[in-house]
Amino acid sequence: MSTIVLLIITGLGLGALYFLVASGLSLIYGLMGVLNFAHGSFLTLGAFAGLEIARRMDGASWITLFASLVVGAVVGAVVAAATEFFLIRRLYNRHIEQVLVTVGLALATVALFDGIWGTDPTYVTGPAWFSETTEILGAKVPNDRFVLIIAAVLVLLGIVLFLKFTRFGLIIRAGVENRSMVTALGIDVRKAFTVVFAIGGAAAGLGGVLASHYFGYVSPQLGGSLLIFAFIVTVIGGLGSLAGAAIASALVAVLQQFANYYLGGTGDLTVVLLLAAVLLIRPTGLLGSKA
Amino acid sequence: MKLLTHMKPWMWWAVGGAIAVFAALLPLINLSIPGILPGPTYTPGTLQLLALALLFSSLALSYHLLFGVGGMLSFGHALYFALGAYGLGIVLKTTQLSLVPAMGLTVAAVICIAYLLGALSLRVTGISFAMVTLAFAQAGNVLVRRNPQITGGDEGLQLETQNVPDFLLGVLNTRNLYWVALALLIIVFIVVALFEHSRAGHVVTATRENELRVRVIGIRPFMVKLVTFSIASVLAALVGMVHLLLQSGVTARASSADFTLTILVIVVLGGVGSRWGAVVGAIVYTLLDQRLTALASSDAIAGLPAILRIPLSEPLFILGTLFILVVLFLPGGIAGAVQRMDKGGVRRNPAKETSSEIARDKIEEVT
Repeated sequence: MSTIVLLIITGLGLGALYFLVASGLSLIYGLMGVLNFAHGSFLTLGAFAGLEIARRMDGASWITLFASLVVGAVVGAVVAAATEFFLIRRLYNRHIEQVLVTVGLALATVALFDGIWGTDPTYVTGPAWFSETTEILGAKVPNDRFVLIIAAVLVLLGIVLFLKFTRFGLIIRAGVENRSMVTALGIDVRKAFTVVFAIGGAAAGLGGVLASHYFGYVSPQLGGSLLIFAFIVTVIGGLGSLAGAAIASALVAVLQQFANYYLGGTGDLTVVLLLAAVLLIRPTGLLGSKA
Repeated sequence: MKLLTHMKPWMWWAVGGAIAVFAALLPLINLSIPGILPGPTYTPGTLQLLALALLFSSLALSYHLLFGVGGMLSFGHALYFALGAYGLGIVLKTTQLSLVPAMGLTVAAVICIAYLLGALSLRVTGISFAMVTLAFAQAGNVLVRRNPQITGGDEGLQLETQNVPDFLLGVLNTRNLYWVALALLIIVFIVVALFEHSRAGHVVTATRENELRVRVIGIRPFMVKLVTFSIASVLAALVGMVHLLLQSGVTARASSADFTLTILVIVVLGGVGSRWGAVVGAIVYTLLDQRLTALASSDAIAGLPAILRIPLSEPLFILGTLFILVVLFLPGGIAGAVQRMDKGGVRRNPAKETSSEIARDKIEEVT
């Protein structure tokens, strides 16, 4: 029983990370039809920004953690918005070229991170509470899992509220439904593009700082490895569906944890098999409407 | 300057044949191009690099068939390259088969796997297809790294030389491998060209442009796409096998997503939809990669201040930036640029010009 609880909560923690990456991917794809390969780099950059803050301040204090989370999110948002403004916008409505630009950006930035911070992992220390455990139903759960889950839930709530109750949110939701109609009504959707990229980048940057605490290190490859699972999550959840991404993240990560524990480390393969099964039964994903 | 536009198809083949003959003679002559090649063309080091460039050309052509002709943006093409390399390596290691039967066995296995995974991935199109192929390739990468007793894990797999003919082994025989790589490139080029001009090739091109219309005419695009996918995969596997022989082994990088991205970069650099563009792109990329790596470790770079030194000492950073610039400012890559220059410098508005347009122009010209 305690093992199962531990696996579920750890899985949800990992799922929270997947969601922080997948939410941005899904929103961006839903509104603009862009598959953003550079999203992993936003995450890695956020993680390194958080690391630099932790180096300059007292690494073990809560204030440092809070500061690094804020800085990671801001850096992610700024870089993502800049990417949209300088690179993606120039290739309006040419989806393949947009994907290619983000691919080039991903390659170049990972190489740049290699040059600046080195290819080896840099280890991160958080507040002492992070490495302690809390007992739930007999399971000793590491505390950082709770922070991850809470952060992901807050981000999900934040995005949902933003989409429901703000003017930009309204434009974005309408844009996902029918972009040409929104443009025809005289609303500048392009501002919404930048906003969506900034939100996605902020979530990824936040995820980067949290991932560095979850894994205990930062490396230039951190974003790329999470990005592939985030892609799988967005396809399983249905491209462009935020709720689908949330459900699929939890599902994929928990399944991965169970397969890793009970089926001898086959978590990654199980996830790919799940993807294949979903494609066979429901090619549009769990909550997707358009393929 | 409208030289290229007025050339008949047979002239293209004649020029191509002449270049192939010249390339075949390279190991026998003493030709030095300082700054581009590391040494004279008859030395094993240079031949190794040139053979690598030829293999990348073949691989780029197989990807051209998938992406340029079929419009299938796959992010998992490296999987089939790795299947060829690892498949042949494992067959040679575990069985007593000699080289040619071992290659046949590997090809048979690759056909089955490509057919199965292709049928599954082609249930979705566009961006979803890209992600699904990426996921399968990633699973392959995980399998390679997690089973060190079979694949050598991150260390890589060494070529078992017992059943490989002697003339393909050793540094002194690099030129034989170079000729094998050249022969493979010629075969791949002809196969891709024949396929493009076959009925199936026309259907798959039509599907790329407008799948709905193809359906309306009454053709099911699925089978044709699957056949294209399988042919491209088998060609990639063949390249992987020769790559295994050339490098005397294979590492886990061959199955990584980065490797697929490298092929994609090559094809886009050369010009999407252009056969010779893919070949030129691969040669330019391979030589540039080698030169930039040499540059990165040179004294001139080490003396620069950090803000210049760090970006310049990362070849991938320069290549990635170059790639972004090509996508933004040079639609159609090298092939597109050459074509525009040939048309008398009349520059069309680049914002309205897509690579598929150029591909269409190209097809109209050839046919």
